[in-house]
Parts: sequence; C-alpha cells; structure tokens
Amino acid sequence: MTPGVAMTSLDLLDLDSLHSDEERQIRDVVRRMVDERVRPFVAGWYEDGEAPVRELIKQFGSIGLLGMHLTGYGCAGASAVAYGLACLELEAADSGVRSMVSVQGSLAMYAIWRYGSEEQKRAWLPAMASGEAIGCFGLTEPDHGSDPASMATRARRDGDDWILSGGKMWITNAPVADVAVIWARDPEGIRGFVVPTDTPGFTAREIRHKMSLRASATGEIVLDDVRLPDSARLPEGRGLRAPLSCLTQARYGIVWGALGAARDCLSVALDYAVSREQFGRPIAGFQLTQAKLADMALELQKGYLLALHLGRRADAGSMTPEQVSVGKLNNVREAIAIARQCRTILGANGISGEYPILRHANNLESVLTYEGTSEIHQLVVGQKLTGLSAFS
Amino acid sequence: MNIVVLVKQVPDSGSERGLSADDKTVDRGSANNVINEMDEYAIEEALKIQEAHGGEVTVLTVGPQQAAESIRKALSMGPDKAMHVVDDALHGSCALATSKVLAAAIGRLSPDLVISGAESTDGRVQVIPHMIAERLGIAALTGARKLVVDGATLTVERQTDEGYEVVTAATPAVVSVWDTINEPRYPSFKGIMAAKKKPVETLSLADLGIAADEVGLSGASSAVVEAGKRPPRQGGTKVTDEGDGGVKLVEFLASEKFV
Ligand SMILES: Cc1cc2nc3c(=O)[nH]c(=O)nc-3n(C[C@H](O)[C@H](O)[C@H](O)COP(=O)(O)OP(=O)(O)OC[C@H]3O[C@@H](n4cnc5c(N)ncnc54)[C@H](O)[C@@H]3O)c2cc1C
Repeated sequence: MTPGVAMTSLDLLDLDSLHSDEERQIRDVVRRMVDERVRPFVAGWYEDGEAPVRELIKQFGSIGLLGMHLTGYGCAGASAVAYGLACLELEAADSGVRSMVSVQGSLAMYAIWRYGSEEQKRAWLPAMASGEAIGCFGLTEPDHGSDPASMATRARRDGDDWILSGGKMWITNAPVADVAVIWARDPEGIRGFVVPTDTPGFTAREIRHKMSLRASATGEIVLDDVRLPDSARLPEGRGLRAPLSCLTQARYGIVWGALGAARDCLSVALDYAVSREQFGRPIAGFQLTQAKLADMALELQKGYLLALHLGRRADAGSMTPEQVSVGKLNNVREAIAIARQCRTILGANGISGEYPILRHANNLESVLTYEGTSEIHQLVVGQKLTGLSAFS
Repeated sequence: MNIVVLVKQVPDSGSERGLSADDKTVDRGSANNVINEMDEYAIEEALKIQEAHGGEVTVLTVGPQQAAESIRKALSMGPDKAMHVVDDALHGSCALATSKVLAAAIGRLSPDLVISGAESTDGRVQVIPHMIAERLGIAALTGARKLVVDGATLTVERQTDEGYEVVTAATPAVVSVWDTINEPRYPSFKGIMAAKKKPVETLSLADLGIAADEVGLSGASSAVVEAGKRPPRQGGTKVTDEGDGGVKLVEFLASEKFV
C-alpha cells in the first residue's frame, strides 16, 4: 500500500520530522521497492509457503539493503536508524521478508564482519552484501532453544582440521543458503564456524507445515562429521557472548520491524472501518471502534519513539542489550495485540488472505518467539531490575 | 563521453494538481513535487552510457529553490554533479524561454550528449529538446526507445505510432527518451549518502547573460487565458444484447474510431 490518507494520519505526533532527509530517502527507496517487488506477490508466496528468496535477496542487495549498517566490504555503512526504517518498511509487507534480510545482514554478515578473519570477510561479505550469496545463522537446536549455552553440537579437532557434528533447528534461510554461521561447542567453550553449505556432511531440510512466516524459508540443518579447515573458524568468535551480540543486532531490527506489521494492519483496518457500513453508518463512527483505533495508534507511536530512541543510542554507540530487550518485548507484544485487534475490525474479512491482517498476526507469533522469547526478555529486564538471575 | 541530463521537478502526476488562481502557472506550492518520471529514464540511460564509455554525467535543472531536493534525488541515482539555474525572474517562463536558459547552461558545460525525457508530466509540450538542439545548432534525436553509442555516432530507434524509425547523428546531440528505453535503477543507499557531498553549482540568469525580461511571465510567448476543471464524466451508453450485441459493439467502436 502506498502511503495513503490513512497512513499519513497515523503519524499523530509528526514523528517523521525527527528524521533526517537521508533517513527519509532511504526509507522511501525501501518502501518503493517493497511496493513494487513484494506487496503485489507476498500473499501468494505466503499461501504457497514458498518465496523467491534468491531473487528477492539480489534485488535487496542491488540497493545496498543487506548488511546496510555495516562498513566496508561492499556494505553501505548506513546508520542504525536508517537500518531500522528499512526493517519497518520490509515488515510492513511481511515479517518473513524482513526475517530474510535480518538473518542475512544482522546475523550471518554481522557475525563474519565482527568476528571473522580478514580472509573470511573478503571471501563472503561483498558477495553477501550484493545478494550473490545467501547466509544463515545456526544457533538453535531441536533440544536447546532459549538455553543455547547447553547446545549439543560439537566441534572437535582432527589434526589441523575441525569436525562438526550435531544439528540445528528452525534456521531461517537454511534451505537456500550458500553459507552458514554455525555455533558449536568444544572443550573450551562455544565457537563459531563459517561453513559453505556444499561442504560434505552438511545438509539442510526445509521445515514444512508452518502456520507462520510462510513467506520465509526455514530449515533443519544436519551436521554429519563436517570437516572444515581451521580457516573456517571465526577467530574472534569465542563464548556465548559472540552469538548473543549478533542477536542484539537482529533484535534491534525487530524492534522497528514489528511496528511495520502493526502499521500495515492499522492502516488497513482504518480504511476498512471508514468504508464499511453497518447499522446505517461507517463502523469507524462507533465509539467502540474509535477507542480501538485510538489506542492502537497510541501504541504504534509510543513504540516508534522507543525504536527511534534505541536507534539514536545505537548510532551513538551506547545501546545496551537490556535496552534492546525492552524494545523487543514491548514492540512485538504491542504489534501482535494491534494485529489481533485490527482483525476484529475487519470481521470475517479479517481472517481472509485477501487482507494482510491475519498473515501479519500469524507471522508475529514467530517474531514473538525467535530472537529471544518474550519470557526471556522479561527475564533479562527482570535481572537488570533486581540483580537476580532467574535463568540459572 | 560527457553527458548532461535534463531533470525537471514537477508536481506528482499521481496526486491532485492544479494551476494557481492568480497567474495560472502550475501550482508547485501545494503539490507533492517529484522528479519528472520520464527524466528518471534519461538519468538511467546516461548512467548506462557512462558505465560503458566513461566520462561524466551532470544533472541540469532550471527551477525554483525547492527543486534542489529533486536534484539530490537525481544525484542519488549516480550522476557526478549538478547545475541548478534558479532565479525568481524565471517564474512563469514559456517553453521558448526555458529552452533559452537550458541552452545557455548547456553551452557552459559543453557536453558530448544531452539526454532528456521526451516530455514532462506538467507541461507536456514535448518541444524543449528540439528547441535546445536548434539553439545550439546540434542534432535532435527525439522520442527514443533505444540509444546506441558507437564512438561519436549515436543511433536511435525513434518511437512512432506505427513502429520506429532508425536515425543517426554525430555528437554533440540532444536525445530525448520514452519510458520504453530502460528500467531506471533504484537509488542505492550508498548513492543516497554520497549525493549529499556531490557538487551542485547554482547559477542565476545574470550568470548566464540572460536578461530578466527575456524570460518569466512577462517575456512569455504564450499566455494561459483561462483554465477550467474538466467537465464531470458523462454517463456511459448501455447496449442491451438482443442477439446483435456483437454487431452493436463493433458499430460503437467504429463510430468512436477505435476500429
Ligand atoms: C520461524 C522461525 C525462524 C527462526 N529462525 C532462527 C534462526 O535463523 N536461527 C536460530 O538460531 N534460531 C531460529 N529460530 C529459533 C528461535 O530462536 C527459538 O525458537 C527460540 O529461541 C525459542 O526456543 P524454543 O523454540 O526451543 O523454545 P523453548 O526454549 O523450548 O521455550 C518454550 C517456552 O518456554 C519458555 N521458557 C524457556 N525457558 C524459560 C525460562 N527460563 N523462564 C521462563 N520461560 C522459559 C519460553 O519463553 C517459551 O515460552 C527460529 C524460530 C522460528 C519460529
């Protein structure tokens, strides 16, 4: 949907004025690309459970969207706020499409950019920035989700080589990836590896029957004694802190992205409420509907201020992981509440794939769970407040 | 090959547009102003030629101060620099006067090639490229759907109602393009960030040696006497099919000269 009447009026506080021209221009380019290349097709991809990931990634790469907040190696070097705005516009079309970009840029590319050797950076980052190569990030395992520290995937030495064995689960982009950043344990702790997906012993199987994030490819990875040279190890990626720092990047993008899904729902619901008549007048004229619309618009604007605050801190280098937890917890929770409330406004049409609302709501169920569940973020915030860890 | 691309800022053709009440010029104040759509194709063509043959691409705009925004957007697609002719006296200039200003500015840049859109969505007169070529005494290859550069020879497929004509000319020349010629790129983020730092030279009429009374409303060769809203749509004609629907349809189409 192009910025129509409804969408402009959603910005009650004129928060748009808090952005620089450059931020707005970057946002507008993403919005245009999404309008032209994603929106007309995404409902179909969702229904089919299949998105043209490779083609999309190339298009996103052509404007510099992939790893846009990183510097050097073909990356655009844009600000964190600009990156957030891009996530918002992508997720206004579909959370799955935003996930594809988050995983590529914030998880796979960031891990290599931050923890990789010069050789690894040169080998992978330019190709990933342009969309020639697709990356994925394997942390979660079938038996270890919220508690990755107890992961079962092992890395053992064999002469100069490393042998990886184990498996990863729920890995975005895995079925289409050219390279996987895999986290595994050796006697000294957790290490990261850059694994070309054509390495013998590496297989990725697509996870079917998803009722959420259907326009995104999700896979299970099996590591059957995958032999890697030492140069595949991320030299700086030691300990759980390394993958968690990548997650902080991706979570930050979600803080913005979730608002996109919510905005799309609210602008659709607003248009619908104004034109749908019952009892002889538009349902938007009923006080109950207006209360819903007003409350949702408020949450959307508050969430935006929160996201922008985090973004400005990120650009100043002062954003902390707990602050990102505050943002992810709040904005995803509010976004899913908005999606569900908007669904009620559309009545029966609210459950139809002709409208984006239930698709967004279903997608947000994944967003609520991945990159740290709401409960885990509550625990992070709780620990910050109380000084007591509820994890262990 | 050095190329000048003509870029005009126009009110967004997708939204409500109008003439201002007092002097009946295009109302730019209340409009959402954007790059003239066809000019994006001109920029793309210039960039493609630059990628293949080297040289510099310069954006040239004649327009009010606010057109600076469109110049930045044009630069974000990739051109190297821009020239902006801005002068209060230009307000209300006719096509003849505008072509005089453009030709003078192009004269200062002395490019091998000038590329423009075939028309702008506000004026839609389609004559500016021809006028510029005439003033500069160089060839005009207009309405191109394809442009091939071979050394100093330009070959253009000129789009016509029936098909296309192939025309050639030596550089320097003016080429105007239709939206069939290419697929304009999206500005990249790097391009957007770099555009801020690209040089934009701002010139006044005096800088170009043009007197204020040669341009603007007073110097215009034509004037808008009156403007009115398009009359509301008439109700359609209903044809009831009594077994002869096909014949009636053909008769209708023939009477409207569609067939
Ligand atoms: C579509 C999709 C894509 C994904 N993509 C990726 C990816 O690219 N890479 C990747 O590594 N992972 C990915 N994930 C995995 C995701 O990060 C995990 O699902 C998530 O971390 C939760 O793990 P789990 O599903 O095993 O749930 P569990 O950890 O088993 O949690 C189940 C429930 O228990 C709660 N819980 C767990 N521990 C506690 C506690 N201490 N206190 C209170 N409550 C607790 C949780 O909050 C949750 O409600 C993806 C998931 C989905 C759905």
